Amino acid sequence: MIRDKCAIVVGASSGIGEAAAVQLARRGYRVALVARREHELRKIAERINSRSPAGEERALVFAHDVTHFNEVPELFDRIAQSLGGLTLVVYAAGVMPRVEPEEYDFSKDLKMVEVNLLGMIVWLNEAAQLFTRLQAGTIVGIGSIAGDRGRKGQPVYNTSKGAQAIYLETLRNRLAKHNVRVVTIKPGYIDTLMTRGMGNLLWMISAEEAGRLVANAAETARATVYVPARWRIVAWLLVHIPSFIFRRLDA
Amino acid sequence: MTEPPVNPDQALGPRHWARVDGWGMAVRSFGYLFHPRTADEIRNVYDLARGAGKTIVLRGAGRSYGDAAINNEGIVLDLCGMDRVISWEPDTGIIELEPGVTIQKLWQTIIADGYWPPVVSGTMHTTMGGCAAMNVHGKNNFKVGPFGDHIIEFDLLLPSGEIRTCDRAGNARLFHAAVSGFGMLGCFIRLKMKMKKVCSGLLRIEAFHTRNLQEMVDEFEDRVADADYLVGWIDTVAGGSGLGRGIVHQANYLREGEDPRPADSLTISAQELPAHLFGIMPKSLIYLLMRPFINNPGVRLINASKYWSSRIALRGACYCQSHGAFAFLLDYVPNWKLAYGAGGLIQYQSFLPRGRAVAAFEAILRAAHSAGLPPYLGVFKKHRPDPFLLTHALDGYSLAMDFRVTASNRQRLWSLAGELDQIVLDNGGRFYFAKDATLQLWSIDKFLPPANIEAFLALKHECDPENILQSDLSKRLFGKRFSAEVTQQSL
Ligand SMILES: Cc1cc2nc3c(=O)[nH]c(=O)nc-3n(C[C@H](O)[C@H](O)[C@H](O)COP(=O)(O)OP(=O)(O)OC[C@H]3O[C@@H](n4cnc5c(N)ncnc54)[C@H](O)[C@@H]3O)c2cc1C
Ligand SMILES: NC(=O)c1ccc[n+]([C@@H]2O[C@H](COP(=O)([O-])OP(=O)(O)OC[C@H]3O[C@@H](n4cnc5c(N)ncnc54)[C@H](OP(=O)(O)O)[C@@H]3O)[C@@H](O)[C@H]2O)c1
Repeated sequence: MIRDKCAIVVGASSGIGEAAAVQLARRGYRVALVARREHELRKIAERINSRSPAGEERALVFAHDVTHFNEVPELFDRIAQSLGGLTLVVYAAGVMPRVEPEEYDFSKDLKMVEVNLLGMIVWLNEAAQLFTRLQAGTIVGIGSIAGDRGRKGQPVYNTSKGAQAIYLETLRNRLAKHNVRVVTIKPGYIDTLMTRGMGNLLWMISAEEAGRLVANAAETARATVYVPARWRIVAWLLVHIPSFIFRRLDA
Repeated sequence: MTEPPVNPDQALGPRHWARVDGWGMAVRSFGYLFHPRTADEIRNVYDLARGAGKTIVLRGAGRSYGDAAINNEGIVLDLCGMDRVISWEPDTGIIELEPGVTIQKLWQTIIADGYWPPVVSGTMHTTMGGCAAMNVHGKNNFKVGPFGDHIIEFDLLLPSGEIRTCDRAGNARLFHAAVSGFGMLGCFIRLKMKMKKVCSGLLRIEAFHTRNLQEMVDEFEDRVADADYLVGWIDTVAGGSGLGRGIVHQANYLREGEDPRPADSLTISAQELPAHLFGIMPKSLIYLLMRPFINNPGVRLINASKYWSSRIALRGACYCQSHGAFAFLLDYVPNWKLAYGAGGLIQYQSFLPRGRAVAAFEAILRAAHSAGLPPYLGVFKKHRPDPFLLTHALDGYSLAMDFRVTASNRQRLWSLAGELDQIVLDNGGRFYFAKDATLQLWSIDKFLPPANIEAFLALKHECDPENILQSDLSKRLFGKRFSAEVTQQSL
């Protein structure tokens, strides 16, 4: 029999992914931690395993760079096999390099598309196929409020986040009949490495709090969840502002 | 596709994990799914199962209502990919097929040459392997016998890797046991069959109502000599004086010359079912319209309107219909089973000797009504005995009833089935593995002749001594009787 409550978290070495993995382990999941920084992953795994019921190895470590797309199918299988089952995949890997107002650096753009979007696609395509065969499972993608509107500061980051939302919606519509839930998480500002040094940001919450909300959503949500929830109202307003006004408001 | 296994653990990895359900969705399983395309690939999976200590269920299109084609925790060998027509000779009507060829592909292959399969199930999505293993019957069972009667020869791939070619002369014992043997003796990998020559793609249909079961049986008996097909629909929710009322459809092949333009109807497009309802609504969505009616009052309403409109409008109506439209009524609405909701459905089909049928089926309907679990669909057919070892057919009638399963009625439904089993057994009746989901471990001894069971177990021991081929159904009904020691004792 394959096990219940097994999760993969891609992008688990810091920030929201790390916090979500810790939360999931606390809720009884076996979690595979995936990211590049193996050392960080090991520390997190140790922390999780030291808190797990005696003898239970709740966290497993898999060092991987999501831009090595070819490795994913084989790695995905190896992880599912090691976990002994799979019920949840969280894709939290993401990058947002600093981009100047007049900067058009394609190498940065490429990185964002590769990590945020293509990495998500290659991982979640695998999840979609397995969950279709199992007629069960949950997919969680971490998008962003930044994907709701084309703001000036981060053309390609916003694009990658907007594209993620469309991809996730498509998966949701494809997989609904197979009893697979696909959840889009749209965080507001979260206190992580990504936002470090950006000053005081509106409604900023801790990564731990975000991780808890992501884990909640993974267990019950059906579509898009704003983290924290009040961002839904802001997003609604933002989406309805005509472009010629939005252009002026967008600092 | 299936590489020779290196390490069984790896070979049973996530690429093969799958949930596999019985067609009625009321019984489910987790399995390791494989899609072989050649005999060698099947052999590899046999070896893999042996190495990993797993059992295998053979699976065609998975159209068995219950647990005949699932195997919880075991390997599921899905044969749909082996779907080549090996040869077709229009002069003789002889066709050789791989096991995954569906009835649909079969009729599409032969129709333009003026042929139709001699026996088809109520859906065209079943496969040759599944139809042979269950020895399926059509609405013409009383006239032409079951599927197996039209098989000339087959190759059976045993779990040892050996291929046994069987016909009525050579390996006759195995021939008559593998057909009806629900996939327990080996895998059909080639079947040679004879098709029926027809003069037209149309059938002449006569439809009329019957006020109760006795009347339906009387009509069947009066018509068997002339009819090519006979099928009854029964309003299974009606009680009191309406108990067992229904509609009979008789179909006959057109004779030479009766169809002025046979070439027009002997085409795939003339046999195809319409893709839209009223020309506009995609058929794949119709089940959503059905959903609100799949409950006691809803079915009561629909059945009563169907019965009374037939009473008023049909009055012996006579019309022509394509073979496909007549045979595959159940395919008109794709996925109609989803209208039954998440709990799915079970079909309870019992076969009763001619003289006992009316009283026993009436008792069955009454028992279902008084349990508050009326079946939602009832189909009545006439049968005749056949020479296959575990056959379900007998000289008599069958009534197939669909019951909705819900979380809250499941237990009551299973105990109702136990009650109905008793009625069937008391009257010398039989059951059909393709439909069953509820029989119990002791049941087979009460309806299959002991000599047949013993002969079957002996063949199981001979063909599959390691007991690799199993299904949830075989585990439920045969328990440990397949294992060598027990078989030896019982012999
Ligand atoms: C809507 C509907 C209508 C139906 N109408 C009828 C009807 O009118 N008459 C009737 O008799 N039945 C009817 N059935 C039942 C159906 O015909 C049988 O269950 C049939 O066996 C299904 O074929 P399959 O290819 O789906 O086989 P599966 O359900 O996949 O398998 C059936 C059995 O065959 C075995 N098997 C499959 N392939 C092979 C192989 N290559 N070699 C050896 N064993 C194999 C399996 O192990 C299993 O025991 C109906 C089913 C449905 C869903
Ligand atoms: N923080 C916010 O305010 C905020 C707001 C909205 C949305 N988000 C989104 O939330 C997600 C998580 O971000 P975060 O805030 O938690 O930032 P973070 O702390 O920087 O975490 C990013 C994670 O992505 C992983 N990652 C980056 N590149 C990778 C690669 N090539 N291969 C594998 N893993 C890679 C990192 O691991 P390694 O570096 O070890 O590989 C790390 O685990 C991102 O998608 C981000 O866009 C964040």
